Amino acid sequence: MSFVSDAAFAGGAPTPVSRNNHHVPFVGRWLSRLAFAAGLSLFGLAALGHTVGTGWLAFGLTYGLTAAGALGWVAGTYRGTPAGIKNHGTYHPGVQNRNWGAWLLGLVLLAFYVAYYWWPQYLNGVTRLADPLSQWLRHVPSDQWFLYGYLYTVAVLVMGVRMILRYRHNRYEMIRTGSLMFFQLVVAFLLPSLLRLLHQPDFYFSYFWPLQPKYLYPGEIRHLIEHQGGLGTFMVVWAVTAIFVATPILTYFFGKRWYCSWVCGCGGLAETAGDPFRHLANPSRRAWRVERWTIHSVLVIITLGTALLWLNDLTGDGVLGPAAHGFKFAYGFVVASILAGLVGVAAYPVWGSRIWCRFFCPMAAILGIIQRYWSSFRITTNGSQCISCGNCTTYCEMGIDVRSYAQQGSNIVRASCVGCGVCAAVCPRGVLKLENGAGSDDRFPGAADPLAEFKRSLQS
Amino acid sequence: MRVVIVGNGITGVTAALTIRKLQPDWTVTMVSAESDHFFSRTALMYVYMGHMSLADTQPYPPDFWATRRLDLRRACVTAIDTSSQQVQLDNGEPLAYDRLLLATGSQPNRFGWPGQDLAGVQGMYNLQDLERLEVASGRIRRAVIVGGGLIGVELAEMLHSRGVPVTILAREGSYWNNILPVEESTLVSEVIRENGIDLRLGVELKEIVDDGGGRVCAVTTAGGERIECELVGLTAGVSPNLSALAGSDIPVGRGVLVDFGFRTQVAGVFAAGDCAEIVTPEGERNRIEQLWYTGRMHGEVVGQNIAGRDVSYDRGIWFNSAKLFDLEWHTYGQVPSTLEEPDPDCRRTLYWQHADRRHALRLVMDECRVVGFNAFGIRLRQRVCEAWIAEQRSPEYVLDHLSEAIFDPEFARRHEGDIARSLKERMS
Repeated sequence: MSFVSDAAFAGGAPTPVSRNNHHVPFVGRWLSRLAFAAGLSLFGLAALGHTVGTGWLAFGLTYGLTAAGALGWVAGTYRGTPAGIKNHGTYHPGVQNRNWGAWLLGLVLLAFYVAYYWWPQYLNGVTRLADPLSQWLRHVPSDQWFLYGYLYTVAVLVMGVRMILRYRHNRYEMIRTGSLMFFQLVVAFLLPSLLRLLHQPDFYFSYFWPLQPKYLYPGEIRHLIEHQGGLGTFMVVWAVTAIFVATPILTYFFGKRWYCSWVCGCGGLAETAGDPFRHLANPSRRAWRVERWTIHSVLVIITLGTALLWLNDLTGDGVLGPAAHGFKFAYGFVVASILAGLVGVAAYPVWGSRIWCRFFCPMAAILGIIQRYWSSFRITTNGSQCISCGNCTTYCEMGIDVRSYAQQGSNIVRASCVGCGVCAAVCPRGVLKLENGAGSDDRFPGAADPLAEFKRSLQS
Repeated sequence: MRVVIVGNGITGVTAALTIRKLQPDWTVTMVSAESDHFFSRTALMYVYMGHMSLADTQPYPPDFWATRRLDLRRACVTAIDTSSQQVQLDNGEPLAYDRLLLATGSQPNRFGWPGQDLAGVQGMYNLQDLERLEVASGRIRRAVIVGGGLIGVELAEMLHSRGVPVTILAREGSYWNNILPVEESTLVSEVIRENGIDLRLGVELKEIVDDGGGRVCAVTTAGGERIECELVGLTAGVSPNLSALAGSDIPVGRGVLVDFGFRTQVAGVFAAGDCAEIVTPEGERNRIEQLWYTGRMHGEVVGQNIAGRDVSYDRGIWFNSAKLFDLEWHTYGQVPSTLEEPDPDCRRTLYWQHADRRHALRLVMDECRVVGFNAFGIRLRQRVCEAWIAEQRSPEYVLDHLSEAIFDPEFARRHEGDIARSLKERMS
């Protein structure tokens, strides 16, 4: 038998088809940008007190136009281009590369968060604009909390569509982004609105202690059990099960990604709205050292704090006394407001999208410890195929120097890895793969004596 | 002991790190005219396209070298005196050595085309090429790339990312067909064209035309066509860079002649990486290996030999990879571009291609045992493919166990079932 090759498969010379022309008509491209700019301008005017009116019309002209314009813009960007990694121009001068626009965007976000936390009256104009939606969903007027949840959800959805289009050649990224969009829209926005409509307690089923510490604070638990009936009790059971049962089991099998890049709202924003800034994460060893200290410090503080609150509660205010309230307030002020909001989100355009998750989130700290010492999840390396190009390290939003492992052919088992999969996606040589249960032969050597390893890691 | 390494690419750096590990006290000096610090040459295209900054292409931070006591010199070697064991630098004192490693890499081939030294004519090999391209980019209305290999596609992708219209002139009838079998070569040609590149196959460059001021303004082809362009990229392969050896007594052929331990015929002088020509036993063609991977393997072996061990180079089961626009390629073992000798007992090759023409897999057999893999759009696990080749597995076994070799991301569409079905049908 001779050399076999099926001519039918090989085919002849193909007709050249240019997939690169912009198929979106000029007018269409600018119309969406115009709509976005117009909506945003009206939104800005409303923020400054010059409201465009009330009701659905005003809502549509501001929020509707902005979101629709942004969606059209995003869709137009990817339409007609071949699917694949296209990080073109990320490091050329621009908003993605810390130019003046990036700083301006950061300042605007900072101003928004400052107003949202401490001076909500300055958001009154835009809060009123959300009234029709709030009335429709919850039968009450909008407030700054509803406004924030709404804006957050829109950001996740619009930029989620962008993420999906951007990675439409990669089903892991598409499904994962879809999951984040679902949890934000349904579990973190619609469900709390429904609970409000039914006069039930305010509860987010996708946030757990210690990311949302009050879910294990004694006062909250007593309140839910004693005054909120069966649903309240269910919420308490949910909160306890989520962190003490589901978290260790799911993290053992899937790594911390099941939460951080599939469910969590903070992760949801980072993976969608934050995606254009993921490359700004600092990959230096120094940043890694700082990260280990800060994130574990927050975990220790909230764990000790929660324990003290319970001790205090059980001894009838015998331990902390009035300081109990002080602790809750101080933790909320410093960690939830400043670190999660101001630093965590407003700094996206300057420091990258995962500052909160990487340096401060106590939930990430717990998940990270489980992932590093016990989980069977790891990023595996494909033999010697690494060319040390650095795309993986550059696009790791957690600042992990992925290349330093890949070029040695070793698997990556790092506490901070949220399993977003982007390192594997951007690798031009197919070197990286996220795997559950890749075998325990390369289990992290420190797993034998986690405590000693943990101490060593803090000193190094 | 003083070691001097000429070149700070993947071979020189791998050798330096190997020597440092084995000989903590030796003085190791690396000399490079190209850059202050080691960077990944394969990543230069991503710097141009704006995927990364130049600093991101450096696998080690700037303070890494001092902590490992590796002395870096930014200089050009102008002469090597093997009798006094010194290298002369263009910017200072001669550098004395006890052991010398030449890891000077390659330079783009120029085949004596008229006009090949005009301004606006360049290769895409080193940092200076990248800088030249960056400077030229503002005024390019069309670029012509000469040569049909991997660097040609990469340069086309680079220019294309900035909206520059690109024409590729390839002498071959099908793109990169000296490496790829015809089906894969056709696939790659399609991908290039679908990205809007004007790919001219079977076309030879005749002349690069001077605009009157020493700068390129057009090229003409052997067929008599004239293509106006402001940039000509020469990507018709590379050859060993021997400029540092001018006037020295180190024997060279096409590259620096070395044995399998990367020793030259001069005591204490080694050469490895792209610039080395490995002298093979009688009857075999000497080997010049110009891949990232071989450069790294050479560095490991030569580093050990410089440090006093006696190691012979064995590159193991062949592997390579590339990305051609959005099409990824993995290859393991032997996949000749033509399979001339028919095997009376079984097929020499089995080729599957998805209807979308973006996924393909080829098995190559020798005496009914699998000896090579070629995969496009499917990532293959190196460990598994190498094991199957080493264990001389049958094509049936490989097809039945194909999922073990797949390295695609989770949830990726799987093709193993389809591949096994259609190829087994053809085998029966």
